[in-house]
Amino acid sequence: MLFDELRIMQQHGKQFIPDVTKPQLPGPYKGRPEISAVKVDEQALASLCPTGAIGTGPVSIDMGMCVMCGECSFAYPNKIRFTTDYKIATNVRERLIVKEGDLNAITLDESKIRTEIRSLFGRSLKLREISAAGANADEAELNACGNVNFDMGRFGIEFLASPRHCDGIVITGPISENMAEAVQVCYDAVPDPKMIILVGSDAISGGIFAGSGALNRSFLDKYPIDLYVPGNPPHPLTFVNGVLEMIREKKK
Amino acid sequence: MMETTSTTTPTYASIKNQESISLAKIPVLNYSKFYGEIVNRLKEPQVHCVNYYAYPSGELLRFICCLADDSVGDIKIFSHEMQKKEKVPLTSITKEVYAFHIYEREIRENFGVEFLDSPWDKPVRYAFNRADRGKLVNDYPFYKIQSEELHEVGVGPIHAGVIEPGHFRFLCNGETVLHLEIQLGWQHRGIEDLFLKKPSLIQRTVLSESIAGDTAVGQAATFVSSMESLGNISVSDRLMLERTIGLELERIAMHIGDLSNMCIGLAYQLGASVFGALRTPTINYSQLWCGNRFGKGLMRVGGTHYPLDNSLLESLEKFLLNFEGRFSTMAEKLFSLSSVLMRMENIGTVTKTQMELIGAVGMSARMTGIERDLRKSHPTGAYQKVAYDPVFEVTNGDVWARAILRKKEIIMSIDFIRHLIARLKSTTEATRKPIAENTLSLLPNALCVSLTEGWRGEICHCAITNGDGKIQHYKIKDPSVHNWMALALSLRDLEISDFPINNKSYNLSYCGHDL
Repeated sequence: MLFDELRIMQQHGKQFIPDVTKPQLPGPYKGRPEISAVKVDEQALASLCPTGAIGTGPVSIDMGMCVMCGECSFAYPNKIRFTTDYKIATNVRERLIVKEGDLNAITLDESKIRTEIRSLFGRSLKLREISAAGANADEAELNACGNVNFDMGRFGIEFLASPRHCDGIVITGPISENMAEAVQVCYDAVPDPKMIILVGSDAISGGIFAGSGALNRSFLDKYPIDLYVPGNPPHPLTFVNGVLEMIREKKK
Repeated sequence: MMETTSTTTPTYASIKNQESISLAKIPVLNYSKFYGEIVNRLKEPQVHCVNYYAYPSGELLRFICCLADDSVGDIKIFSHEMQKKEKVPLTSITKEVYAFHIYEREIRENFGVEFLDSPWDKPVRYAFNRADRGKLVNDYPFYKIQSEELHEVGVGPIHAGVIEPGHFRFLCNGETVLHLEIQLGWQHRGIEDLFLKKPSLIQRTVLSESIAGDTAVGQAATFVSSMESLGNISVSDRLMLERTIGLELERIAMHIGDLSNMCIGLAYQLGASVFGALRTPTINYSQLWCGNRFGKGLMRVGGTHYPLDNSLLESLEKFLLNFEGRFSTMAEKLFSLSSVLMRMENIGTVTKTQMELIGAVGMSARMTGIERDLRKSHPTGAYQKVAYDPVFEVTNGDVWARAILRKKEIIMSIDFIRHLIARLKSTTEATRKPIAENTLSLLPNALCVSLTEGWRGEICHCAITNGDGKIQHYKIKDPSVHNWMALALSLRDLEISDFPINNKSYNLSYCGHDL
């Protein structure tokens, strides 16, 4: 009966996050790292990292490679601390490299956002997601972006089935040799102007799969990337906020 | 132990789940003896094969076959070998035991060993280091029927939704599917090879969490257990209890997400929204516990960075209580709607016999009445301390069975976690930190078989060390390796429009299969 449905709806209440720029994530969540000036054995620190994301002299962490295992911060808690700042998406690859002493938020370079992205996609952005050897965690988080909690549909952002109806592609996974052709075919099928978004450390750098003989990442050498969304997997809030930053005019 | 052969020399080595054994203790049989032993033993319904694979060792190609015997709770290991150069063609076991198709196909693809008269000799995943690089993923030899009345529908590798890639080829007579063939391999990342190339423990642990990102806890738990076994590291009861909570939470999160996706397939919006919303606090609990919504970071060798302290246990109890209330009203509603039942009952039915033949594991086996659950038959860790009572009463084998089994398993897992919490509260011991990289020393020349009942079913990792105690070979088997065939069988004589709901009702892993 209808009363059952009403009871269920009442039991669940309002589920959506009213302002997606505001939620606080709990303590153990690993977002943007901060690296102090404390002196440590930099080589020993760097060697802990499973993906070689840690640079030395001065110490830096490349969030495009980081798989958020936290090994570095467990071993050197005074040197490296992961904050809960989930707004870590950017359009400039170098901005993903957090250096010693950097305490600033990771942001997009406004000057590098193509003008058509904001004029055409600011209120409606349809994307074709391609899982190119993604392990289904990145994909699950992208699906979550559209659920009743994060509800990115309210901003006009949506994943569609046909690339013909889309404004760009989102790639997850390190891009296997076996998927390389499909990625190209799908990208070609998207009408111009179009964008490319890389989601997750696997897509951005190969992540833990970097160096595998089963990958073919040559697609990425051919085109500029419009947005990097780091994480393992990235939190839905990282994706939603990153895309909003890219497509919306900054409020003056 | 019953020895059925007439000879006194043993034909196999027996170990328990997550035990290690010296390679020298595994008898090497000639192939005809090996063949006979395997085929005979698999006539017992209580015995099934958890892994059969080959690995190169010097001039030799060594074959390892692990049969799990549920009646005695052991794993019997059989072996044979051949000279790498010779590549002697072998009599196909698949002809007798259909479930072996996937093992023999993989061995053939990787090493070029022929299996004579194999009834389904197809490529598996087009691994980058396959024996014949001339075979390409776009040239898969699909099964064909010659008839002017039939047509083919090809879908993928890229699908309509945000899911992993795979190719489905339907042979149809009008709207009716005569046969569905599933071609995988698009996701192949060379992960087994990376286990050897990336030598550090943290690299391998992170790799294990990425075998299938939706089973990060299950796969990583299987990996760390194999390292702890080979490294002779004992872990505390408390840690075992905590790990098991991680495994059962992963099951709840995936089952509830699947119920939501099935509701989308049924076009039942309320169920889709409510179950989807219930998944959020489930994975958010993981985030509260370890910082990651998929439980990445929870499983580490020898200890944990994230002890479940009393305040976390309290949050867990609160979460379970809230979840249970909201879940049960929605589930009750869902399973009482005639419009929903009409779309699930007698749709995509597979039989117990079919599932036995294909070697189905986990939920895909249980929903037809196969009583197969490692938590009961080969328990380790906390499953040995707190008995888990598997859900064996669902037997219909249709979409409805796959849905209702998820509901029942969610309820069972909530109940089980509460037992684990009670145990944890009465334990005073503290958990240790994970062991340091340089303190792990593995047993040389040994094999460890590690099995875990993940949310999809049986996960099997087999690690082999060389004389220096370094990992020489690491074999991974995801439950989906067997269960994909169940989806193909479900589609027979079904309308093609019933494919999405069937696919969602299995939710199998592409990357777990492709490695």
